[in-house]
Amino acid sequence: MELLEALSTKFNYWIYIIIMMIGLYAMISKNNLVKKLIGMSIFQTAIILFYVSIGVKEGATIPILYHDQVHPSHGYSHHKADTGHIEDHHPSHEEIVANLLIEPDDFGNPLPHVLMLTAIVVGVATLGVGLALTQKIYRDFGSIEESEILESIKSAK
Amino acid sequence: MIDQSPALILLAPFLLAILLALLGIKREWLCFPLVIAGLAISVAASVVTLLRVIDEGTIQYFFGGWEPPFGINLRVDGLNALVALAVSTVSLLTAIYSKRAVPAETSDKVSQFYTLYLLSVTGLLGIVLTGDAFNLYVLIEISALTSYALIGMGSRRATLAAYKYLIMGTIGASFYLLGVGYLYIKTGSLNMYDIQEQIVANNLHGSPSIFVAFVVIIVGVWIKMAFFPLHSWLPNSYAYGPSTTSALLGPLVTKVMIYVMIRMILTVFGPEFAFDQLDWSNIIVWMSVIAILAASISALAQASLQKILAFLIIAEVGYMVGGVWLADKMGMIGSIYHIIADAFMTLCVFLFAGIIFTKTGRHDISAMEGLFTKMPLTMVGFLVGAFSLIGIPPTAGFFSKWYLIQGGISSGHYEYVAALLISSLINAVIFFRIIEIAYFGSKPAEGHGYHHNEEQKDGTMEASFSMLFPLLITAAVLLGIGLYNQEVVEIITNFVSQFNIGAIIL
Repeated sequence: MELLEALSTKFNYWIYIIIMMIGLYAMISKNNLVKKLIGMSIFQTAIILFYVSIGVKEGATIPILYHDQVHPSHGYSHHKADTGHIEDHHPSHEEIVANLLIEPDDFGNPLPHVLMLTAIVVGVATLGVGLALTQKIYRDFGSIEESEILESIKSAK
Repeated sequence: MIDQSPALILLAPFLLAILLALLGIKREWLCFPLVIAGLAISVAASVVTLLRVIDEGTIQYFFGGWEPPFGINLRVDGLNALVALAVSTVSLLTAIYSKRAVPAETSDKVSQFYTLYLLSVTGLLGIVLTGDAFNLYVLIEISALTSYALIGMGSRRATLAAYKYLIMGTIGASFYLLGVGYLYIKTGSLNMYDIQEQIVANNLHGSPSIFVAFVVIIVGVWIKMAFFPLHSWLPNSYAYGPSTTSALLGPLVTKVMIYVMIRMILTVFGPEFAFDQLDWSNIIVWMSVIAILAASISALAQASLQKILAFLIIAEVGYMVGGVWLADKMGMIGSIYHIIADAFMTLCVFLFAGIIFTKTGRHDISAMEGLFTKMPLTMVGFLVGAFSLIGIPPTAGFFSKWYLIQGGISSGHYEYVAALLISSLINAVIFFRIIEIAYFGSKPAEGHGYHHNEEQKDGTMEASFSMLFPLLITAAVLLGIGLYNQEVVEIITNFVSQFNIGAIIL
């Protein structure tokens, strides 16, 4: 029962670890250099998944304030004018902030997602450098199979 | 202008890298002066920053005026001011050396090489200066991506080595990123000092998330610094890359990652957590003992000078990791001093290896026959570097080992002391073998490749000024920080004494 609970409440962590291990396995055990790079991409994606999942809340929405939340009662001042009050009340900044109807629980945490934009860029750059190196290796050795490359280095000695 | 000095350290090489990428392709002659200008500004700014830190204490610099925990800041204290000065000086000296070496080794890619060179230095300086944990990850990747490309510009073997480095380096950096994620879950902050405050304020030291974060970050950093069982990417990368690349990355990358480890232990997690609560000192000091011995013995077995030096770097990493985990004030001071000393002595021997390679076109140590008569000044520079690696006073290497051994004795880790001494002996064997070949010649060899080239009338074939000058300056710096070790250690002691290391001895 406890195990089931651990699996069901934290399944995002289990999944990211499984994906990460798949990537690590490919990076270590594959013989083909391009397959290794694919493994590396899977590995990095698992970490991106981890970050994205920690910013998610159930029932939460994107962290953008809508107009009615900042000005909770738009028809408010007109209504008051009708009932005979003379003062044209414009709420100051402090009053707006104090009256905001914001529950932090209603919004997802944007920071981990924003961080992952950077991590995605880094991942793409790494993959690009990796593929460029693979291309150069292919030009130099005529192969992208690691065992064949090592063989040709040995025979060159 | 002085207020901006911490930012100038890394902005000068960064902006000039962009300028160089734009202008350098058409005008190759511009590359070298631009690189020197950028790095010279960086060195000057580091000196100013170090003086300010000695004067005022910790300096904070907020990018865009946003204060942490919301903005990204640079935070400079005694530790990173020193390391930043070492990093910028080493990169400037290597840049001077590269004047002849880069056009000779990568003739069709001069401007690309220098652009990557400046970006790599920017990344390394950024790692040292930043106060933000996620920013550190991005800067690690900037310096790593550029160094893959810099290594890949070398020979056939270098491309393969760069590929392996890319795979290992990505695993290391990704582990670090994962650890930062766990820290963020628990503390809700990315600023290193804020994380520490949150951990202490909410008493999170017992939390499994913090524990996982610590393990993952330390393992990630170990991969990046080539700590012994995780070192496989290093020897080939540094041995087969272009000589300028080896002279830049060899001294800097591993040292900067050791700085990251110290920063994580002392500032982010706190020594109480890393040393007292986890109590892993014994295991990790033993691991470092194995690292030191295994790397030293591997170095002894190599025939190529570059390979010997690469394995010596791995042994030095063992010194510093062990010194940190002694959980002793002296050991910590020794490790930090060794970061500075080792950066310069590794630079010294790598510059020497580069000069030998340009002059003789060979890597193996038999290429050094009779060099004392042919290149006396070069050999003087080399001797200082070699003596420093062995640990002969008054060079810097002696004093760093002195502090490390004192730390080992006062914390009772005699196996570490023994490993240091054995490794010094092995270094002595390695270098005196080279000195013997250079002084007496190994065998009466005839028709060696280098006999025909550019010997001058008096029988010498000294390296050109742009190569010799940085070597001799480095040798002078080694003697300088050796003789003035009290002043350097005082700055480090001021930094280390804020922390509560080795206080609890039961």
